[in-house]
Amino acid sequence: MESELLNTLALSRIQFAANISFHILFPTITIGLGWLLFYFKLRFEISQHPVWMRIYRFWVKIFALTFAIGVVTGITMSFQFGTNWPGFMEKVGNIAGPLLGYEVMSAFFLEATFLGVMLFGIHRVPSKVHTLATLIVAIGTSLSAFWIIALNSWMHTPAGFVMENGVAMPTDWIAIIFNPSMPYRLGHMMLASFLTASFLIAGVSAYRILKGDLKSAPKLALKQSLPLAAFLIVVQIAVGDMHGINTLKYQPAKIAAMEAVWHTEQGAPLVLFAWPNEDTQRNDYEISIPYGASLILTHELDGEIQGISSFGEDRPAVKPLFFGFRIMVGTGLLMLVVSWIGVWLLWRRDTLPRWMLQTLVGMTFSGWVATIAGWYVTEIGRQPWLVQGVLKTSDAVTTIASHNVALSLAMYLGVYIILMAAYLHTLFNLARKAIVVDEYETGNLTDVALADAASRENRHV
Amino acid sequence: MFDDAQLPLVFLGLMAFSVLVYAILDGFDLGVGILLPMDNKQQRDRMVASIGPFWDANETWLVLAVGILLIAFPQAHSLILRELYIPAAFMLIGLIVRGVSFDFRVKAVTRFQRSWDWAFKLGSLFVALSQGYMLGRYVLGFDQQAVAYGFAVLSAMGVAAAYTYIGGAWLVMKTTGPLQLRASIWTRRAGWVAAAGIALVSIANVSLSPTVAARWLTMPNAILLFPLPVLSGAIVVFIDYYLRNQPHAEDFGHSLPFFFIALLFSLSFIGLGYSYFPYVVPHVLLATEGASAPVSLRFILTGIIIIMPTILLYTAFTYRVFWGKATDLTYH
Repeated sequence: MESELLNTLALSRIQFAANISFHILFPTITIGLGWLLFYFKLRFEISQHPVWMRIYRFWVKIFALTFAIGVVTGITMSFQFGTNWPGFMEKVGNIAGPLLGYEVMSAFFLEATFLGVMLFGIHRVPSKVHTLATLIVAIGTSLSAFWIIALNSWMHTPAGFVMENGVAMPTDWIAIIFNPSMPYRLGHMMLASFLTASFLIAGVSAYRILKGDLKSAPKLALKQSLPLAAFLIVVQIAVGDMHGINTLKYQPAKIAAMEAVWHTEQGAPLVLFAWPNEDTQRNDYEISIPYGASLILTHELDGEIQGISSFGEDRPAVKPLFFGFRIMVGTGLLMLVVSWIGVWLLWRRDTLPRWMLQTLVGMTFSGWVATIAGWYVTEIGRQPWLVQGVLKTSDAVTTIASHNVALSLAMYLGVYIILMAAYLHTLFNLARKAIVVDEYETGNLTDVALADAASRENRHV
Repeated sequence: MFDDAQLPLVFLGLMAFSVLVYAILDGFDLGVGILLPMDNKQQRDRMVASIGPFWDANETWLVLAVGILLIAFPQAHSLILRELYIPAAFMLIGLIVRGVSFDFRVKAVTRFQRSWDWAFKLGSLFVALSQGYMLGRYVLGFDQQAVAYGFAVLSAMGVAAAYTYIGGAWLVMKTTGPLQLRASIWTRRAGWVAAAGIALVSIANVSLSPTVAARWLTMPNAILLFPLPVLSGAIVVFIDYYLRNQPHAEDFGHSLPFFFIALLFSLSFIGLGYSYFPYVVPHVLLATEGASAPVSLRFILTGIIIIMPTILLYTAFTYRVFWGKATDLTYH
C-alpha cells in the first residue's frame, strides 16, 4: 500500500508538472503579447498608418491560437487540485480558494468575453471600442497573472494566517496577497512574459525576412521588439537579483541548492560549473569564482551563505536547482548579448545581417526555455513543502489508485505532444502565408507625411 | 447580510446558477460542434462562425462552477473529483481537443483542416457525453450498483441530446436559408431524443431514490409540482410544431426555439435542484457539512456581489455586439 501511494505521489507530481509546464508556455506569451497588441492598435489609431494594422492582424491570429491553448490547458489545471491534491484545499483552502475565485471572476471572464470583440468585432464596433477591447483583454491576462502569482508566492512565503485545528485560517488578506515574495515574483514573471513575447515577435519577423518577405510590417515589428527586449532584459537581471536576495531571506535552502553550497561558509564561491554529488555532499569538477556567490547574494565579499547540509531532511534536491538555475541565467545572458548586438546593428546600418536574423530565429522560443527553467528552480526549490513550513507535498496527494493516474498522465502527454507539434507548425505556416500577401497600396495612405514615411521605410528594406 | 449558517446555502445557489448558465451557454456551442456536418464545408464554416466570439467565455462558467465547488466545498470537490477521476480526465481531454481545433481548423495547412473539423466534432461529443455521465454518477451519490452505472450512461446520452437540441436551436436563430432548414430538422430529432431522455432520467431518478420519490409524489407536493413536467412537455411540443413549419415568412420567431429550450433547461434544473437540496453531493454530503470557513466565504462573496453583475452586463454587451445572423468569421 505504501509503495502504491508513493507511485501515486510520483505520478501525480509528474502529471502536475507536465500540465503546468505545458500550460504556462501559452500565458507567458499572451500576457506580454496582449499589451504589445494594444500598443500596435494604439499606434494605428493615432497614425492611421496601415502598417500598424498589418502587424496587429498578423499577431492577433497568433494571439488567438496561443490564448485558446492557454484557456483549455488552464481548465485542466483548475481540476487538478481536486483530482490529485485534495490535501491542499483541505489544509489551506480557506486561503487558496478565494484567491483562485478572484482570478476566475476578475480575470477569466473579462479576458474571455472581450476576446470575442477583439478577434471578431472589428467591423461591428467603432474602432476605439475595439482598441478598448484589446486593452481590456491585456488587463485581464495581467490580472490573472496577479492572482495566481499571489497564491503561488503565498505557498513560498505564507503570511497573514493562523493555524486552527490543523487548518489555515486567514487573518489579514492584504498580508496574504502581498506576501513577502509576491512583488518580486510578479515582477519577474511579467518581465519574463514581455521578454518571451518580444523574442517571439523578433524571431518570427526575422524568419519572414529571411524567407524573402520585403514588406515593411515584419521589419517594423522587428525594430519594435528588439529594442524592447534589449531594455527589458537589463531590468529583468536587476529584478532577478532582488528576487534572489528575497529568496535567501525566506527560503535559504533553495538558494543553497541553486548555488550548490554544501556547507555553511563566509565568502562562498560562485560555482560556474560542477557536478553536485549528493552522496559525498560536495561538488565534483567544480569551476568557480571565489567569493562570487556571497558577493551576488549578500552584496558583501565575506557574507555568509548557509550550506545545504545545515537544513537536514527538509531541503530540495540539488541537481535540478543547480542546473535549472544555470539554464535560466545562461539563457538570460544570451538574450542580453543578442538583443544588444541586434540593436547596435540596427542603429548603425538599419538592417540586420543574415547571421543575426538566423540567430533571432533560433532565439524565437528562448523566453520559454528561461521561464520553464526558472519555474522549475523555484517550485522544486520549495520541496519537500507544498506550502513552505505548513504542508508537505506528500501529505496533500490523493489516494486514487496509481494506474488511474498513469492512464490520465499518458492521455495528457499524448495530447500535449500533438498540440505542441501542431502549434509550432501552424505558427510558422502563418508566417509563410503572410509572406505572399501583397504590400498595402500606397493609395491607402491618405496623409502625405505618412506616405513619405512609408516610402522612406521601404527604401531601407 | 447572511449569517454564518446561511453562507453555504448561498454558495450552493451560486454554484447551481453557474452550472445552469454553463449548460445553456456552453451547451449550445457544444451542440453546434456535435452537429458539424462533414459533408458541407461552407455550412461548417458558418456554424463555427456563429459560436466563434462566444465559446471561450461560455467555457469560463464551468471554471466558475468548479471554482465555487473548490472554494466553498473543498471536501465535496475532492470527493466528486476522486470518484469521477477518469471521466473528468476524458472531459478535459475533450475540452482541450475541441478548444484548440476551433483555431487550428482555419489556421492549419489545408490538408489538415478536415482532420481538425473531425476533432472539433468528436471532441464536442466527447465532452457532452462525459458531462452527462458525470451528472448521472453524481445525482445517485456515486452508487456502485450496476443499475447506477446504467443510469449514468442514460444520462450521458440525455445530456448529449440536450446540448444538440439547444445547439440546433441556436443555428435556427443565427443562420438563414438551407442551413437554417437543415438545422430545423436536426433540432427536431435532437428534441425527441432529449425529451425522451429527460423523461427517462426523471422516472429513473424517482424510482431509484426513495427520498426523491417522497419529495415529488406525496401530497400536496405532487399537485404543486405538477405544472413543471406539463410545462416542459408543452415546450417540446411547441418547438417541434414551430420547426415543422419552417421556413416562416420573414423568419418569424427564429429565436423562439432557443429561448424556449433555455427555459426548458432551467425547468429541468429547478426540478433537479428541488430533488436534492440542500445536498452538495446527493445522498452523501450536505452543503453545510465541510464548507469553508465563513471568513473566507465572506471575502469571496463580497467580490461576487460586486463582480458578478458586471460579468453579466458585459456578457450581455458582447451578445448584443454579435446579435443577428452569423457572418463569416474574419480577423480583418
